[in-house]
Amino acid sequence: MNIDVGLFNYWVVVILMVAGLYTVISKGHLIKKIIGLNIFQVSVFMMYITMGKVEDGTAPIFSETAVAYSNPLNSVLILTAIVVGVATTAVGLALAVRIHEAYGTLDESEIIEMDGGE
Amino acid sequence: MSATVLIVLSMFMPLVAGLVLRAFDKEPNIRDGFSLLVAVGTFACVCSLTPMVMAGERPAFQLLEMLPGLSLAFEIEPLGMLFALIASGLWIITTVYAIGYMRGHHESNQTRFFTCFAVAIGAAVGAAFSANLLTLFTCYELLSVSTFPLVAHHQSAESRKAGRIYLGILLTSSVLFFLPAIVWTWHLTGTTDFVAGGILMGKIPDAAVPLLLALFIFGAGKAAVMPLHRWLPAAMVAPTPVSALLHAVAVVKVGVFTVVKVVTYTFGTKLLTDTGGSVWLMYVASFTILASSVIALGKDNLKARLAYSTISQLSYIVLGAAFANELGIMGAGFHIAMHAMGKITLFFAAGALIVLVHKTEISDMAGIGRKMPWTMGAFFVGSLCIIGIPPTGGSWSKWYLLMSAADANVWLMGVLLISSLFSIGYLMPVVTTAFFKPLPPESDHDHHDDHHHEGSGNVEYDHILCVIPPVLTAAGCVLLFLFSDQLYALLEPVMAANR
Amino acid sequence: MIDHFPAIQVALPMIAAAVVVIVRNPLVSHLIATGVAWISAVIAWTLLQSVLASGPISYQLGGWAPPTGIEYYIDPLNAFVLFLVSGIAAVVFPFAGASVAAEVDENKHHLFYACLLLCLTGMLGITITGDAFNIFVFLEITSLSSYALIAMGRDRRALSASFNYLVLGTLGGTAILIGVGLLLMQTGTLNIADLHMRLEGAHAASKTVLVALAFLTVGSSLKIALFPLHAWLPNAYAHAPSAVTALIAATSTKVSLYVLMRFIFTLFGTAVVFDVFQLQRVLLPLAVIGMFVGSLVAIYQTNIKRMLAYSSLAQIGYMVLGISLVNESGLAGSIVHMFNHAVIKGGLFMVMAAVVLRTGSADLSAMRGLAKRMPLTYLGFVIGGLGLIGVPLTAGFISKWYLVLGAIQNGMWLIVAMILLSSLLAVIYVWRVVEVGFFEEPDPEAPEIKEAPLSMLIPTWIMLGASLFFGVMTDTTAGVALEAARQLMGAP
Repeated sequence: MNIDVGLFNYWVVVILMVAGLYTVISKGHLIKKIIGLNIFQVSVFMMYITMGKVEDGTAPIFSETAVAYSNPLNSVLILTAIVVGVATTAVGLALAVRIHEAYGTLDESEIIEMDGGE
Repeated sequence: MSATVLIVLSMFMPLVAGLVLRAFDKEPNIRDGFSLLVAVGTFACVCSLTPMVMAGERPAFQLLEMLPGLSLAFEIEPLGMLFALIASGLWIITTVYAIGYMRGHHESNQTRFFTCFAVAIGAAVGAAFSANLLTLFTCYELLSVSTFPLVAHHQSAESRKAGRIYLGILLTSSVLFFLPAIVWTWHLTGTTDFVAGGILMGKIPDAAVPLLLALFIFGAGKAAVMPLHRWLPAAMVAPTPVSALLHAVAVVKVGVFTVVKVVTYTFGTKLLTDTGGSVWLMYVASFTILASSVIALGKDNLKARLAYSTISQLSYIVLGAAFANELGIMGAGFHIAMHAMGKITLFFAAGALIVLVHKTEISDMAGIGRKMPWTMGAFFVGSLCIIGIPPTGGSWSKWYLLMSAADANVWLMGVLLISSLFSIGYLMPVVTTAFFKPLPPESDHDHHDDHHHEGSGNVEYDHILCVIPPVLTAAGCVLLFLFSDQLYALLEPVMAANR
Repeated sequence: MIDHFPAIQVALPMIAAAVVVIVRNPLVSHLIATGVAWISAVIAWTLLQSVLASGPISYQLGGWAPPTGIEYYIDPLNAFVLFLVSGIAAVVFPFAGASVAAEVDENKHHLFYACLLLCLTGMLGITITGDAFNIFVFLEITSLSSYALIAMGRDRRALSASFNYLVLGTLGGTAILIGVGLLLMQTGTLNIADLHMRLEGAHAASKTVLVALAFLTVGSSLKIALFPLHAWLPNAYAHAPSAVTALIAATSTKVSLYVLMRFIFTLFGTAVVFDVFQLQRVLLPLAVIGMFVGSLVAIYQTNIKRMLAYSSLAQIGYMVLGISLVNESGLAGSIVHMFNHAVIKGGLFMVMAAVVLRTGSADLSAMRGLAKRMPLTYLGFVIGGLGLIGVPLTAGFISKWYLVLGAIQNGMWLIVAMILLSSLLAVIYVWRVVEVGFFEEPDPEAPEIKEAPLSMLIPTWIMLGASLFFGVMTDTTAGVALEAARQLMGAP
């Protein structure tokens, strides 16, 4: 089965990237910021996977019928990047929990106010 | 002892002594005795180097390589020798004076005072012996930083403000102008060494000569060329021994010494006269001489008047360098010595007045001369030296400067003559007030203070220590007049190199 | 054994981090961390000497030849940075003991040291690797452990500072990931040396490369805290545990700066970056603005840790300025300032750690008359402060010399004036603290304050002694920096 990917994937990547970045910057709620970061990161993962796709290629698993294989390097890299992303999210959420304990809120502007505007 | 050992000793003895002194914080007698011992030792080392330099040797010593191709190195040439002799010689007398002054005045933090003082002298001797611009700059900055605690000694709001002005102007000017001037020189020539006859000839475009010279002159803010003179009056809040040795001799002379060194050993007088690069400086220096003399006339506080007089006299030296001819350099070198001896006498006397009779304003000094004939007599001789009247050394330096002006720019002879009149105008009234005006009836306030002093035990002894030094330096002013041929012989090679 | 030093350099602290978590004993953890830091420093020193003596080292991880395998590539520049990072760690780790005991809960000590070791691992890894994607991975290791370390500060503000850093740091890290991805798309390789070769010629000026350069520059600038991407830095430095501040202020921004240099000079090459894309036109103004904004804001800070943080911002400006001068002297100034500033600022933050330990505050008001109570510590501040100003005989002077020389060689007189003027601003903020300590009387009601413990004093003075030592003995700093700059600028 041939799927002509074209530039469609890259458009999605860009849209997700900008959406993620926008969320990080515009939202005051810390959890939403983390969600934004995740969207941002996922867009990059998609970019890597997309560029590794080879036309007519299958998953890079040895098979007698395959004509070509997709580039396995990108997937491997992104496995690592996903791990990094998960770890970042975990640390971020842990911090959010601690911040909620310490400040009683997760709203950025309220936290800044409680810190005396620093 | 080899020359290297002597060089090292004369620079590092004061530096190390400064640290050792801290250990005697609780033992003022040992501390002060040790200070004196180091001063004498340092002077002895410097003295024993003198015959070698007089004989034409140039003892040199490289401490370490600071940057690839740039060293902290020392080489003694006549100008530096002269400056080191003055600084270390007067240090002995000042130490004696400082012991009397600090105790008589019940100053606090005396250990810090003597420590910083010693470090400052070490830096001054280091500057005198520098073999290149980088070393000179390093010692220059060390001197600024180490004298800051001395200026801000009293820790009051006023002295802290003065300390800020002091360090602010000196650091700002040196970092903003002196440093880029050095880097520029390095960029142009690939060296910063002091070489007789200069290193810049043929390496720098003519149009850039005045600019680079300006960077050096205003970079050496310690020379107090207007408009960078404000720090000197501000520094007068310091205890008088500091004003005497540092702000009449060591610190300010490092400034003008830098100017003379740069003119003779970096530019070379020939380059300056060929390109006319120092003409602007003649006018700036002349302006400084006259303007600060006028300000001095209006000051009633004796130390402030002396400070403005210093600014004026420093510009004589700068002017001598700006003339960029052999007599100008000779006059500048002479005046470094003569002004040092004369001005330290005046400050010693002013300090003695503060300690003994608590007078700081000239208008309060009526009749003081009868009470303190020795002190005010010394003041009179010191004044003659500053004005330039025989039989004091000052007459020689003024003579050479006048001759030099006749060569370089006849009109500026007028400046020298007028400013001599001004200096009579601001120094002689002090003497006449002290000797010829009647002593006012004693007030209760003075009486109370005298009583207080009698209670403190060794007061007489301390006071003697304040009176002897000005008399000694006053005698020095006369001796410099008599033995000026020795000085001439020492400086002759510098002159020859600029002929 | 020596052949495997590049791998051991990174692996040792990583393994030690795991061991420390298992051991759980505060004292033992501290000892292990200290020992590992010392061994790392020795290894780095050996590597530096070997690189200087016999040229760059290429180490193939697991025996896979590059560009297929991951290569550790060591030249004078990163050998120098390796030595810097591990040297700073070797001084700060033993120092941390007393400070951490006072600022972090005891049941978290082993985790603290594990994070510290991981942070070290990451920084050494970033520096040593010759693989672009590997840089991203190690960068994230450093960042994640830094977030955790900063969040361990006593104040709750440490938490929000850490969260801020996490958000911005992740954006920066991801930007680098995007940049690397675009390069991979263009060339099909991740090895830096290989990338450089394939980027030469036709590909050089393509849009993809430009966008990659943009992402990599922005990503690393975020980590460097180059103005205006510095928002995370002041709070993170001010509220982190004092020992952590000393470590990350001295090393983490420097390592990121190294990454930027590596990208610019080795990966893209000066021809692409400066001739084709004219990156210096962006970096130069930002660096100069950073120098002034940092210093000016520092003058108005009352929390001295924050003040030093803003001062770092200004100093980072100097380092980036050196890069954007695009000549050997400027670049050497940048590299040598990386080292000198690390030593000076590390020493100053160590002084502040001692002050916080004894007075419980980093506020200027807490330092009144402190010079009498803690003379050695306070004298340390003066020495460090003079270094920041760049007085001769301190390391700061050496950096300034090369930066000014670089600017003069380019005929940029305005920049010369800017460098010197902003260094004078340092006089103001340093002297404020000096005056308060020496000339004001301590609060009479304040409890008696003792001098800092020896376990802090000795490392602090080693650090500050180094700042003096490298102000006069510059073979290992300026000498290596000049050599590295020469190689980076592509001279034979």
